[in-house]
Formats: sequence, C-alpha cells, structure tokens
Amino acid sequence: MENVYELSHVSKTYKSEGKAVDALKDISLSIQEGEIFGIIGMSGAGKSTLVRTLNRLEKINAGTVSFYGNDLAKLKRSELRKVRRSISMIFQGFNLLQQRTVIENVEQPLRIAGIRRKERREIAREMLRFVGLEEKEDVYPARLSGGQKQRVAIARALAADPKVLLCDEATSALDPKITGEILELLKKINQEKKLTIVIITHEMSVVEKICDRVAIIDDGNLAEIGKVSDVFSKPTSKAAKKLVYPTNPFDASGTDGRLIRVVFDGTSANRPFISDLVEETGKKVNILSANTKSVGGIGYGQMVLELPKDAKDQEIVIDFFQSNGLTVTEVEQA
Amino acid sequence: MSQYLVEAIQKGIFETLQMTFFSALIAYVIGLPVGIGLYATAKGRILENRPVNATLSLIVNVLRSLPFLILLVLLIPFTRWVVGTSIGTTATIVPLTIGAMPIVARMVEASLCEINPGIIEAATAMGASSTYTILHFILPEATPSLLQGAAINVATILGYSAMAGVIGGGGLGSIAMQYGYYRYQKDVLWTTVALLVVMVMLIQGIGAFIAKKKRKS
Repeated sequence: MENVYELSHVSKTYKSEGKAVDALKDISLSIQEGEIFGIIGMSGAGKSTLVRTLNRLEKINAGTVSFYGNDLAKLKRSELRKVRRSISMIFQGFNLLQQRTVIENVEQPLRIAGIRRKERREIAREMLRFVGLEEKEDVYPARLSGGQKQRVAIARALAADPKVLLCDEATSALDPKITGEILELLKKINQEKKLTIVIITHEMSVVEKICDRVAIIDDGNLAEIGKVSDVFSKPTSKAAKKLVYPTNPFDASGTDGRLIRVVFDGTSANRPFISDLVEETGKKVNILSANTKSVGGIGYGQMVLELPKDAKDQEIVIDFFQSNGLTVTEVEQA
Repeated sequence: MSQYLVEAIQKGIFETLQMTFFSALIAYVIGLPVGIGLYATAKGRILENRPVNATLSLIVNVLRSLPFLILLVLLIPFTRWVVGTSIGTTATIVPLTIGAMPIVARMVEASLCEINPGIIEAATAMGASSTYTILHFILPEATPSLLQGAAINVATILGYSAMAGVIGGGGLGSIAMQYGYYRYQKDVLWTTVALLVVMVMLIQGIGAFIAKKKRKS
C-alpha cells in the first residue's frame, strides 16, 4: 500500500514572548493510503500543530513532510495551492461562511478550482445528498445545529474530490450522540470513497470507534504509534497508559496492599475470570475498578484488583491470570 | 419665512445631499482598498507586510489627527488646483473626501478584524489565493458590518459638509451660517438644524435596516 504522508524528523519551534517553545520534536511517521489514522494527545501536546504541517498551514523548522512523495516545503506557492486542493480539512469550529447559503459554502472549493457554475451546483447537490442535508441547500449556516454544520463542512471538504481528509478536533464541539453520527459518516466516507482520513482528537473514544492506527503525541514527542488494538491492549509509553487506562479512583485498603491491573483483550473478555479464579485457587481478590469497551467490534477490558495479603497467595493469583493469557501489570499507588 | 428663503433651503438640502453622496462615494473608492490593505498587511494576516502596513497606517493617522476645519483651510490651494475654485458645492467635495477617507479606512479595517480567522484558515487550506480569499471569503463575511460602518461614515460626512459652510461651501451649513448666524434669523438656523438631524436619522435608519436585512447570522 502506498504512503500518503511520510514525515521524517519533523520539528517545529515557536517564538512566544521571546521564549522558544518546541511544539514538535523530531517526529517521524507515515500515513498509509485508505486508512483512518488517529493522532491523539492532551491539549497543548502539539497535535493541532502536527496536523497543520500536513497541508503546510504551519511551516516546519526541520525535517520533511512529503505528500505522495512531494516535499511540501519545496513547493512553489502556486504548486502548494494546487496540492492543497487535494487535502481537505474540517475544523472544530466548522468555519463555514455565515453570510452564504449551505450550497454556496459547499461550492467554494469547486469555485476555487475554476469549475463552471452549473457543474458546481450539481456536484454540491450530490455532496449534500451524501451527507443527508439535500433539503437544506438554501438555508444559512446560522440556522443549522452543530452536527448539521459539521455535515456541511464535510460536504464542502468532499466536493473537490480530495485524496485525504484532515479532521482537526472535528467532533469536540458536539455532544456524544452527534459525535457518534459524524464518526459514522466519516467511516462511510472512508469505506465508500476510499478516502484516507487523519483525525486529531483528545478523546480516546473517537480513536476507539473508527481509527485503524493511532499516534500518541505527548509534549511534542511521538510517544507511541501502532494499530489501535495493539495500543489498547498493550500500551507501552506512559502517555499511552494515561490515555488508555482511566485513573484508579481508590487506594488499597492497607498501606502494604498490592494492586495489579489485569487487561483482557479480544475473546477473553467473554470469560468469567474472577469466578474461575475463586473456584480453581480458592483465593479472593478485591475489585477496585473495572471497565470494558469495544474497539473495532472487539471487546477490551481492564480491571484493577487488590491482591490478598499473603505473598504466596499473591503469586498464585498472578500465575492464574498469566497462565490464562491475560496481561498483568503492577499499579503504582499515589 | 419668505418664499426666497424656502427656495434657498430647498436648494441647500439638494446641495448637502449632493456633497455627501459624492464625497462618500469617492472616500469609499479610496478608503475601502486602503482599509483592506491595513487589515491584510498587519502582523499574522494573509499579506503580512510591515513597511506597507506602517506607511498606510502613518498616512491614515496623520490625516485623521487633523481637525476637519483646519484641513478645510489647508486644502484650499489643492482644491483650487483640482476644481479651479475653492468655494461652492463641488469645491467642498475635495476636502470632504480627504477628511472622510481615513475614517472610512479605519472603519473598514475594524469591520474586517471582526471576522472569524478560522474562515481564512479554511480558505487557505482549500488552496485559495490571497486575492480570492479577500474577495470571496473576507469581504462577504464582513458585508453586514461594512454596511453598518458605512451608515455611520455617511452621517459623519453629512455633518462635515455643514462645517464646510464656514469657508464658503454650499448646502444647509452655509445657509445656517449666512442667515442664521450672521443675520440673526433664528428660525432659519433652527430649521436647518432640524433638517440636518432628520437627514442623519434617515441615513442611520436606512443603513441599519439594510445591514440587518443582509446579516444572516
């Protein structure tokens, strides 16, 4: 499969009030054709800067960003404008023209590309039909809900028949239900139009729902990158663990208590492990927290357990989980 | 009031409207591009250019800091050179235009500053050129605000046109000076004042109405 983007050693430094701030530090990654690639991080981690290097809205200080083999930094202004027409973008704030109707908004990229009026209208109508807003074409954006505005923005992004769609916190201003609908739509676009999608978000749930691969950005560094299912079941970096595992709300009952985290992946989430543990070993554990989620239709779960006091008993419990193919890690206590 | 005065006032109304209209028109023909220039060349904007921005800013500030009455006097030779005379309705259009231009430019700049920078980012991401972005993204988005600003500017120019009466300009201002002030005809003075108030209110009202009609958000 061809790579849409190839980033090598990308660095970006800002000057902010005389001080130099490293927004991106030596980031190398590639984005493959046809995938939904997630970039996740806490706010201020540099993920918005990173996505803006993908269409050169941000210039970089070192490294290269190449799009289908073309180094973006080497393009002349007119060439860059042409390349940008095949890189569409949607935003958290939608960024629609308030003084133009829905269909006029959708027509903008076609107008920039110099397509004639009649043809423009036809394509724009087709795009609105695709996002399910064909009856809103003469309405002004102010009359639409947040979800509808983002649909219009998506229609606009698709109009110029791009090769890649960049989503900058596209669902962060929307409630969970509408977020789900927009993610469904993005998934549909990815499957039907074979469009590569790059999603920037701070919400793990967005990545879980639709991304194939994910990059975790922490303080300007690429902390971890891989298939979503791998990152979820075996997060290795501290930043990834922080995002994947919710913080444990309880401490152990005593100061010498020992906590472990048991991670279920895929099929093992269906087995009643705690009951089996008690039946087979006779040892008891205290469940402090537990949750499960579906990543790409497969169940993933994690549980924080307090082990029995006796050191031998602790080993028996850990052995039981490990011999059944579950991942066990120590939980550090605050 | 005598028939003669009524006719003079009627002529004055016409002259005032004429001066206001043409001055506003020319002031916008020059001030709108200057305002766009001030906006677009400022730091962080699409056509960022320090020297151009500083030059435009200096010209506008100097012109704006001159009291209009002083500008009227200072410009007499220039006016004479442009239209051949320094008195009358046509001659007044020259200083009125020059006095109004910097105000128009700043007002346009302020209107453009209001628009959401995200829209410009979206345009850039779509591959639009700077000119296209200004013409098809920035100006349409700012139109309601620009119209509101225009109503204020036209009303200001109307007020300035009355001031021009002092140095021999035409219109209601000069009638108020000649009959109301020098000849103590209080009724003429108050009539012209009332007419000016009504005209300003009408301009402001119509401007606000059109701006509201145009605003879709």
